[in-house]
Amino acid sequence: MTEYTEYKDQPLRFGGREFASRLIVGSSKYPDPPTMQKAWEASGAEIITVAVRRMNLATGGSLLDYIDLDRYTLLPNTAGCYTSEEAIKTSIIAREMGLSDMVKLEVIGDEKTLFPDTAALLEATKILVKEGFIVLPYTNDDPIVAKKLEDAGAAAVMPLGAPIGSGLGIRNPYNIKIILEVVRVPVVVDAGVGTASDAAFAMELGCEGVLMNTGIAGAKDPVTMATAMRYAVEAGRRAYMAGRIPKKLYASASTPLEGMPELI
Amino acid sequence: MQIQLNGKERDVGEGITVAQLLEELDVRPERVAVLVNQGIVKKPSYASTTIREGDAVEILTVMAGGMEEFR
Repeated sequence: MTEYTEYKDQPLRFGGREFASRLIVGSSKYPDPPTMQKAWEASGAEIITVAVRRMNLATGGSLLDYIDLDRYTLLPNTAGCYTSEEAIKTSIIAREMGLSDMVKLEVIGDEKTLFPDTAALLEATKILVKEGFIVLPYTNDDPIVAKKLEDAGAAAVMPLGAPIGSGLGIRNPYNIKIILEVVRVPVVVDAGVGTASDAAFAMELGCEGVLMNTGIAGAKDPVTMATAMRYAVEAGRRAYMAGRIPKKLYASASTPLEGMPELI
Repeated sequence: MQIQLNGKERDVGEGITVAQLLEELDVRPERVAVLVNQGIVKKPSYASTTIREGDAVEILTVMAGGMEEFR
Protein backbone atom coordinates (compact mmCIF):
# COMPACT_ATOMS: atom_id res chain seq x y z
CA MET A 1 0.00 0.00 0.00
CA THR A 2 1.33 3.45 -0.89
CA GLU A 3 0.94 6.21 1.61
CA TYR A 4 -1.15 9.21 0.65
CA THR A 5 0.88 12.40 0.34
CA GLU A 6 -1.02 15.65 0.45
CA TYR A 7 -0.87 17.78 -2.68
CA LYS A 8 1.48 20.75 -2.45
CA ASP A 9 1.38 23.36 -5.18
CA GLN A 10 4.39 24.64 -7.07
CA PRO A 11 4.96 28.40 -7.22
CA LEU A 12 3.93 30.48 -10.21
CA ARG A 13 7.10 31.40 -12.12
CA PHE A 14 7.71 34.43 -14.33
CA GLY A 15 11.23 34.74 -15.63
CA GLY A 16 13.33 33.97 -12.58
CA ARG A 17 10.71 35.07 -10.06
CA GLU A 18 8.39 32.88 -7.98
CA PHE A 19 4.98 33.62 -6.47
CA ALA A 20 2.83 31.48 -4.18
CA SER A 21 -0.42 33.22 -5.16
CA ARG A 22 -1.90 32.57 -8.59
CA LEU A 23 -4.20 35.57 -8.46
CA ILE A 24 -2.91 38.89 -9.81
CA VAL A 25 -4.98 41.98 -9.05
CA GLY A 26 -5.27 45.51 -10.37
CA SER A 27 -5.43 48.90 -8.69
CA SER A 28 -8.14 50.71 -10.65
CA LYS A 29 -11.77 51.57 -10.05
CA TYR A 30 -11.85 50.95 -6.30
CA PRO A 31 -14.28 53.17 -4.39
CA ASP A 32 -11.52 54.39 -2.03
CA PRO A 33 -7.97 53.47 -0.93
CA PRO A 34 -8.85 51.59 2.29
CA THR A 35 -11.25 49.31 0.35
CA MET A 36 -8.54 48.76 -2.24
CA GLN A 37 -5.96 47.86 0.40
CA LYS A 38 -8.35 45.51 2.23
CA ALA A 39 -9.33 43.85 -1.05
CA TRP A 40 -5.65 43.27 -1.93
CA GLU A 41 -5.12 41.69 1.46
CA ALA A 42 -8.22 39.51 1.15
CA SER A 43 -7.20 38.37 -2.36
CA GLY A 44 -3.90 36.96 -1.09
CA ALA A 45 -2.31 38.38 -4.25
CA GLU A 46 1.39 39.12 -4.33
CA ILE A 47 1.42 41.01 -7.62
CA ILE A 48 -0.45 44.28 -8.25
CA THR A 49 -0.75 45.85 -11.68
CA VAL A 50 -0.23 49.61 -11.88
CA ALA A 51 -0.26 52.28 -14.57
CA VAL A 52 2.33 54.94 -15.40
CA ARG A 53 0.71 58.38 -15.46
CA ARG A 54 1.39 62.07 -14.83
CA MET A 55 1.89 62.80 -11.16
CA ASN A 56 -0.67 65.10 -9.56
CA LEU A 57 1.74 67.88 -8.64
CA ALA A 58 -0.84 69.72 -6.54
CA THR A 59 -0.83 66.90 -3.99
CA GLY A 60 2.39 65.05 -4.82
CA GLY A 61 0.32 61.90 -4.43
CA SER A 62 1.25 58.58 -5.93
CA LEU A 63 -0.32 55.15 -5.81
CA LEU A 64 2.92 54.20 -4.05
CA ASP A 65 1.52 55.92 -0.95
CA TYR A 66 -0.92 53.02 -0.67
CA ILE A 67 1.27 50.03 -1.55
CA ASP A 68 3.53 48.14 0.85
CA LEU A 69 6.46 47.37 -1.43
CA ASP A 70 7.89 44.82 1.00
CA ARG A 71 4.73 42.80 0.54
CA TYR A 72 3.69 43.33 -3.07
CA THR A 73 5.49 43.15 -6.37
CA LEU A 74 4.40 45.86 -8.77
CA LEU A 75 3.56 44.89 -12.30
CA PRO A 76 3.54 48.07 -14.40
CA ASN A 77 1.20 47.90 -17.36
CA THR A 78 1.11 49.75 -20.65
CA ALA A 79 -2.64 50.36 -20.50
CA GLY A 80 -3.78 53.03 -22.90
CA CYS A 81 -0.95 52.43 -25.39
CA TYR A 82 -2.12 52.03 -28.98
CA THR A 83 1.27 51.59 -30.68
CA SER A 84 4.30 49.42 -29.96
CA GLU A 85 6.41 52.60 -29.64
CA GLU A 86 4.19 53.95 -26.84
CA ALA A 87 4.15 50.59 -25.07
CA ILE A 88 7.94 50.23 -25.30
CA LYS A 89 8.52 53.75 -24.00
CA THR A 90 6.04 53.26 -21.14
CA SER A 91 7.84 50.04 -20.16
CA ILE A 92 11.20 51.81 -20.15
CA ILE A 93 9.75 54.66 -18.04
CA ALA A 94 8.38 52.15 -15.52
CA ARG A 95 11.78 50.49 -15.26
CA GLU A 96 13.45 53.89 -14.92
CA MET A 97 11.29 54.46 -11.83
CA GLY A 98 13.08 51.45 -10.40
CA LEU A 99 9.83 49.60 -9.79
CA SER A 100 10.13 46.44 -11.77
CA ASP A 101 11.65 44.83 -14.82
CA MET A 102 8.40 42.98 -15.36
CA VAL A 103 5.81 44.52 -17.63
CA LYS A 104 2.22 43.63 -18.41
CA LEU A 105 2.44 44.54 -22.04
CA GLU A 106 -0.73 45.88 -23.59
CA VAL A 107 -0.97 47.30 -27.08
CA ILE A 108 -4.61 48.15 -27.61
CA GLY A 109 -6.01 47.89 -31.12
CA ASP A 110 -9.45 49.38 -30.71
CA GLU A 111 -11.07 51.74 -28.21
CA LYS A 112 -14.45 50.03 -28.12
CA THR A 113 -13.40 46.42 -27.62
CA LEU A 114 -9.93 47.06 -26.12
CA PHE A 115 -8.82 43.99 -28.03
CA PRO A 116 -5.06 43.82 -28.47
CA ASP A 117 -3.26 44.73 -31.68
CA THR A 118 -1.38 41.45 -31.78
CA ALA A 119 0.99 42.44 -34.60
CA ALA A 120 2.18 45.47 -32.61
CA LEU A 121 2.18 43.39 -29.42
CA LEU A 122 4.51 40.83 -30.96
CA GLU A 123 6.84 43.55 -32.23
CA ALA A 124 6.95 45.25 -28.80
CA THR A 125 7.53 41.89 -27.08
CA LYS A 126 10.56 41.15 -29.27
CA ILE A 127 12.13 44.53 -28.54
CA LEU A 128 11.45 44.52 -24.79
CA VAL A 129 12.78 40.97 -24.38
CA LYS A 130 16.02 42.13 -26.06
CA GLU A 131 16.07 45.04 -23.58
CA GLY A 132 16.01 42.55 -20.71
CA PHE A 133 12.39 42.89 -19.60
CA ILE A 134 10.25 40.07 -18.22
CA VAL A 135 7.40 40.51 -20.68
CA LEU A 136 3.87 39.36 -19.82
CA PRO A 137 1.78 40.19 -22.88
CA TYR A 138 -1.99 40.68 -22.76
CA THR A 139 -3.18 38.93 -25.89
CA ASN A 140 -6.36 37.55 -27.39
CA ASP A 141 -7.32 33.89 -27.22
CA ASP A 142 -5.43 33.03 -30.41
CA PRO A 143 -3.10 30.00 -30.09
CA ILE A 144 -1.01 31.06 -33.10
CA VAL A 145 -0.26 34.47 -31.60
CA ALA A 146 0.36 32.87 -28.19
CA LYS A 147 3.01 30.61 -29.71
CA LYS A 148 4.64 33.52 -31.53
CA LEU A 149 4.76 35.49 -28.26
CA GLU A 150 6.43 32.56 -26.52
CA ASP A 151 8.93 32.22 -29.37
CA ALA A 152 9.64 35.96 -29.05
CA GLY A 153 10.69 35.37 -25.44
CA ALA A 154 7.56 36.30 -23.46
CA ALA A 155 7.76 34.98 -19.88
CA ALA A 156 4.04 34.12 -19.97
CA VAL A 157 1.09 34.58 -22.26
CA MET A 158 -2.00 36.29 -20.93
CA PRO A 159 -5.01 35.63 -23.14
CA LEU A 160 -8.25 37.45 -22.43
CA GLY A 161 -11.22 35.43 -21.26
CA ALA A 162 -13.51 38.18 -22.57
CA PRO A 163 -13.10 41.92 -23.23
CA ILE A 164 -11.53 44.00 -20.42
CA GLY A 165 -14.09 44.95 -17.78
CA SER A 166 -16.89 42.98 -19.50
CA GLY A 167 -17.33 40.30 -16.84
CA LEU A 168 -18.40 37.83 -19.53
CA GLY A 169 -16.18 35.04 -18.23
CA ILE A 170 -14.20 32.59 -20.37
CA ARG A 171 -15.91 32.92 -23.74
CA ASN A 172 -13.73 30.49 -25.64
CA PRO A 173 -12.46 27.79 -23.30
CA TYR A 174 -11.50 25.60 -26.26
CA ASN A 175 -9.02 28.15 -27.55
CA ILE A 176 -7.59 28.56 -24.04
CA LYS A 177 -7.17 24.74 -23.98
CA ILE A 178 -5.32 24.83 -27.30
CA ILE A 179 -3.09 27.67 -26.06
CA LEU A 180 -2.27 25.52 -23.02
CA GLU A 181 -1.22 22.73 -25.37
CA VAL A 182 0.95 24.82 -27.67
CA VAL A 183 2.93 26.96 -25.21
CA ARG A 184 5.20 25.95 -22.35
CA VAL A 185 5.36 29.30 -20.53
CA PRO A 186 2.63 30.01 -17.95
CA VAL A 187 -0.80 30.89 -19.35
CA VAL A 188 -2.60 33.48 -17.24
CA VAL A 189 -6.15 34.50 -18.10
CA ASP A 190 -6.18 38.29 -18.16
CA ALA A 191 -9.52 40.10 -18.43
CA GLY A 192 -13.14 39.08 -18.58
CA VAL A 193 -13.53 37.40 -15.20
CA GLY A 194 -16.85 38.50 -13.68
CA THR A 195 -17.34 36.21 -10.72
CA ALA A 196 -15.70 33.41 -8.77
CA SER A 197 -16.83 30.56 -11.02
CA ASP A 198 -15.12 32.26 -14.02
CA ALA A 199 -11.82 32.27 -12.13
CA ALA A 200 -12.26 28.67 -10.98
CA PHE A 201 -13.11 27.62 -14.56
CA ALA A 202 -9.95 29.26 -15.93
CA MET A 203 -7.86 27.39 -13.39
CA GLU A 204 -9.69 24.11 -14.03
CA LEU A 205 -8.72 24.43 -17.70
CA GLY A 206 -5.11 24.32 -16.55
CA CYS A 207 -4.18 28.00 -16.55
CA GLU A 208 -1.32 28.93 -14.24
CA GLY A 209 -3.05 32.03 -12.93
CA VAL A 210 -5.74 34.65 -13.33
CA LEU A 211 -5.37 38.42 -13.54
CA MET A 212 -8.35 40.61 -12.76
CA ASN A 213 -9.28 44.13 -11.78
CA THR A 214 -12.90 45.10 -12.44
CA GLY A 215 -14.29 41.76 -11.24
CA ILE A 216 -13.10 42.66 -7.74
CA ALA A 217 -12.98 46.47 -7.75
CA GLY A 218 -16.39 46.83 -9.40
CA ALA A 219 -18.22 44.37 -7.13
CA LYS A 220 -20.69 45.82 -4.62
CA ASP A 221 -18.40 44.55 -1.87
CA PRO A 222 -14.89 44.39 -3.32
CA VAL A 223 -13.29 42.92 -0.19
CA THR A 224 -15.68 39.96 0.00
CA MET A 225 -15.34 39.42 -3.77
CA ALA A 226 -11.55 39.42 -3.37
CA THR A 227 -11.89 36.63 -0.80
CA ALA A 228 -14.19 34.73 -3.17
CA MET A 229 -11.69 35.09 -6.01
CA ARG A 230 -8.86 33.84 -3.83
CA TYR A 231 -10.81 30.69 -2.96
CA ALA A 232 -11.97 30.26 -6.56
CA VAL A 233 -8.43 30.37 -7.93
CA GLU A 234 -7.22 27.95 -5.27
CA ALA A 235 -10.21 25.62 -5.74
CA GLY A 236 -9.87 25.63 -9.53
CA ARG A 237 -6.14 24.97 -9.31
CA ARG A 238 -6.61 22.02 -6.97
CA ALA A 239 -9.45 20.59 -9.04
CA TYR A 240 -7.20 20.74 -12.10
CA MET A 241 -4.29 19.09 -10.31
CA ALA A 242 -6.58 16.46 -8.77
CA GLY A 243 -7.89 15.41 -12.20
CA ARG A 244 -11.64 15.54 -12.72
CA ILE A 245 -13.85 12.55 -13.58
CA PRO A 246 -14.82 12.06 -17.22
CA LYS A 247 -18.23 13.37 -18.25
CA LYS A 248 -20.82 10.68 -19.03
CA LEU A 249 -24.34 10.94 -20.41
CA TYR A 250 -25.92 8.37 -18.07
CA ALA A 251 -25.79 7.71 -14.38
CA SER A 252 -23.31 5.37 -12.79
CA ALA A 253 -24.29 4.28 -9.28
CA SER A 254 -21.98 5.36 -6.50
CA THR A 255 -23.18 2.58 -4.22
CA PRO A 256 -22.55 -1.00 -5.39
CA LEU A 257 -25.55 -3.33 -5.79
CA GLU A 258 -23.62 -6.31 -4.50
CA GLY A 259 -25.09 -7.64 -1.26
CA MET A 260 -28.57 -6.19 -1.87
CA PRO A 261 -31.16 -8.30 0.05
CA GLU A 262 -34.29 -9.71 -1.59
CA LEU A 263 -36.87 -7.37 -0.15
CA ILE A 264 -40.05 -8.42 -1.90
CA MET B 1 10.90 81.41 -17.74
CA GLN B 2 7.86 79.46 -18.90
CA ILE B 3 7.88 75.68 -19.30
CA GLN B 4 5.18 73.10 -19.96
CA LEU B 5 4.93 70.95 -16.84
CA ASN B 6 2.65 67.91 -17.09
CA GLY B 7 0.75 69.71 -19.82
CA LYS B 8 0.35 73.02 -17.98
CA GLU B 9 2.23 76.33 -18.16
CA ARG B 10 4.55 76.93 -15.24
CA ASP B 11 6.98 79.66 -14.32
CA VAL B 12 10.36 78.42 -13.11
CA GLY B 13 13.74 80.00 -12.46
CA GLU B 14 16.22 80.48 -15.30
CA GLY B 15 18.66 77.55 -15.64
CA ILE B 16 16.78 75.26 -13.24
CA THR B 17 17.88 71.62 -13.27
CA VAL B 18 15.59 68.59 -13.11
CA ALA B 19 16.83 67.91 -9.55
CA GLN B 20 16.05 71.49 -8.49
CA LEU B 21 12.60 71.36 -10.08
CA LEU B 22 11.74 68.17 -8.19
CA GLU B 23 12.94 69.75 -4.96
CA GLU B 24 10.86 72.87 -5.64
CA LEU B 25 7.82 70.65 -6.21
CA ASP B 26 8.58 68.58 -3.10
CA VAL B 27 8.68 65.39 -5.17
CA ARG B 28 10.88 62.47 -4.14
CA PRO B 29 13.04 61.52 -7.14
CA GLU B 30 12.94 57.79 -6.41
CA ARG B 31 9.17 57.74 -7.01
CA VAL B 32 9.13 59.29 -10.45
CA ALA B 33 10.41 59.21 -13.99
CA VAL B 34 11.12 62.47 -15.78
CA LEU B 35 10.82 63.24 -19.47
CA VAL B 36 12.13 66.44 -21.04
CA ASN B 37 10.80 67.05 -24.54
CA GLN B 38 9.76 63.38 -24.62
CA GLY B 39 13.25 62.09 -23.84
CA ILE B 40 13.73 60.06 -20.66
CA VAL B 41 16.17 61.68 -18.21
CA LYS B 42 18.07 59.02 -16.27
CA LYS B 43 18.18 59.52 -12.51
CA PRO B 44 21.98 60.08 -12.29
CA SER B 45 21.55 62.98 -14.76
CA TYR B 46 18.87 64.88 -12.80
CA ALA B 47 21.38 67.29 -11.26
CA SER B 48 23.19 67.96 -14.54
CA THR B 49 20.13 68.30 -16.80
CA THR B 50 19.16 71.95 -17.27
CA ILE B 51 15.64 72.83 -18.35
CA ARG B 52 15.27 75.52 -20.99
CA GLU B 53 12.55 78.01 -21.84
CA GLY B 54 9.59 76.30 -23.53
CA ASP B 55 10.69 72.77 -22.63
CA ALA B 56 7.96 70.19 -22.10
CA VAL B 57 8.62 68.42 -18.80
CA GLU B 58 6.67 65.36 -17.71
CA ILE B 59 6.85 64.04 -14.16
CA LEU B 60 5.38 60.55 -14.12
CA THR B 61 4.61 58.11 -11.35
CA VAL B 62 2.58 55.03 -10.62
CA MET B 63 -1.12 55.71 -10.75
CA ALA B 64 -4.36 53.83 -11.12
CA GLY B 65 -7.08 54.78 -13.52
CA GLY B 66 -10.14 56.15 -11.79
CA MET B 67 -8.19 57.24 -8.73
CA GLU B 68 -8.38 60.96 -9.47
CA GLU B 69 -10.74 61.53 -6.56
CA PHE B 70 -8.17 60.52 -3.95
CA ARG B 71 -4.84 61.30 -5.49
